[in-house]
Amino acid sequence: MSAGSPLGAAMAVLQRDLLLAIRTRRELVNPILFFVLVVSLFPLGVSPEQSLLRALGPGVLWVAALLATLLSLDGLFRSDFEDGSLEQMLISPQPLGMLVLAKILAHWLVTGLPLLLVTPLLATLLALPDHALPVLLTTLVLGTPVLSLVGAIGVALTVGLRRGGALLSLLVLPLYVPVLIFGSNAVSSAAAEIPVTGQLYMLGAMLALALTLAPIAAAAALRISLH
Amino acid sequence: MTIARLFHQFGSPPHFYRLAGRMLPWFATACVACLAAGLYGGLVLAPPDYQQGESYRIIFIHVPSAWMSLFVYMVMAACGAIVLIWRMKLAEVVAQASAPIGASFTFMALVTGSLWGKPMWGTYWVWDARLTSELILLFLYLGVIGLQSAYEDRRTGARAAAVLALVGVVNIPIIHYSVEWWNTLHQGPTVTKLDKPSIHLSMLVPLLLMAVAFKLYYATLLLMRARSDLLERERNAAWVRDEVAAR
Repeated sequence: MSAGSPLGAAMAVLQRDLLLAIRTRRELVNPILFFVLVVSLFPLGVSPEQSLLRALGPGVLWVAALLATLLSLDGLFRSDFEDGSLEQMLISPQPLGMLVLAKILAHWLVTGLPLLLVTPLLATLLALPDHALPVLLTTLVLGTPVLSLVGAIGVALTVGLRRGGALLSLLVLPLYVPVLIFGSNAVSSAAAEIPVTGQLYMLGAMLALALTLAPIAAAAALRISLH
Repeated sequence: MTIARLFHQFGSPPHFYRLAGRMLPWFATACVACLAAGLYGGLVLAPPDYQQGESYRIIFIHVPSAWMSLFVYMVMAACGAIVLIWRMKLAEVVAQASAPIGASFTFMALVTGSLWGKPMWGTYWVWDARLTSELILLFLYLGVIGLQSAYEDRRTGARAAAVLALVGVVNIPIIHYSVEWWNTLHQGPTVTKLDKPSIHLSMLVPLLLMAVAFKLYYATLLLMRARSDLLERERNAAWVRDEVAAR
C-alpha cells in the first residue's frame, strides 16, 4: 500500500493523529474524567436509592457518554485548523472524505473507545444488573462512532468560527436523539430481560448510514467553512 | 438549454426583485381572503365537537402551522441543495428568508398544541412522539438560523446552513420514527391519545382554507423578506441604485 493511494493517505493520517494523541496523553484522560464525574453527580443530585438508580442508570450513562463525546469534538479539527495542516489536506489530491474518515476514526479511538474501559465501573455505581453490561458495552461500541461521525459534520461547519462551542451543541445534539433513544432503550430493556436485537440492529444501521454519508458531508462542510 | 435559461433569468436578482414586487399584492390579497373565509368558517360556522366542545377550534391554527413547519423545512432544504450544486444566489436568499418563518410556524404549532393539551390532556406538555419531534424540528431550525448568522461572509453562512439543512433532511425521518418508537414503548398510563375521528366536511373545508391561507402567508412573507434581503446584499449594484432613484 503506497502513500500515494487514497487508503495509504488515510492510513498516514490515522497514524499521525494517533501518534499526536499519545504524545499529549494528558488530554486523553479528559473525556473519561468528564464521563465519570457527570455520572457520579446523578446519585448526589437525584437520590442514592438503588431502585431509582437502576431505573435511571441506562439513560444517565448514555447522556453522559453523549456529553463526553460532545466535549471532545472540538479537538477533532481545531489544532489542524490552527497550524494549517487542515488546509493542506483540503488541497491534497487525495479524496477529502477518506482523510476526514481517518481523522474521525482516530478521534473515536482516543475519545470514544476509552469510555468503554470505565463503563463497567460506572454501571456498578448505578446498580445496573450484571446481565445488562454486555448490552451496554455493545450499544456504546455501535453508538459512540455514530456520535463522532455526526459530530464531525457539526465541527466541520463551525471550525472556522471563533466562538463555535455553543453553536456546535445546538447543531449536533438534535441529531444525536435517535442514538440516545435506541442506546438507552436497549440497555433498560436488557436490564428488564427483554430481547434487544431490534435496537442493536437499528444502532448498527445508523452506524452504517453515518459511516457512508457523514465523511462526505463533513468534507463538504470543511470546504465551505475554510473557504 | 431552456431550463438553464429559465434558471438564469429567474435567478437574476433584479428580475426576481421586480417579479416579486408585482406578485406580492396578489399573494397578500388572496391570503387575507382565505384567512377571513377560513376563520369565519372555522370559528363561527363549524359546529362544536361532540367530545371536545369549543376547544377543538384551535386546530384551525395548529394543524396548518404544523404542516407549514415541515413544508418550509423542505423548501429550505431544496434551496440548500440548489445552493450547493449551482451556487444560485437567489436560493441562498430564499433559504435564509425561510428559516425564521419556519421556526415561527414550528413554535406556533408547539404553543397552540400545548394550549389545546391543557384542557384535553390535563397538562401543557407530554412527551408525546409528535410533540417531541416537533420540538427537535425547532432545534434544527434554530441551528440553521444560528449557522447562517455565525459567519461574517453571508454566502459562506448560507452554504454552511445549506449543508446542515440537508443533513437534517436525512435525519428528520430517523428522528421522527425513533421518537415514535420510543414513545410506543414508554406509553404512559395517564395519557391516552383520542382516536382521530373522521373529520366532518363543515370542519374540513375551513381547515383546508386555513392551510391555503398559511401557504399564501408564507409566500407573502417570503417575497417581502427576500426582496429586502436582495436590496441589502446587492446594495452596490447598479440596479439597486436605479431602483432607489426611481422612488
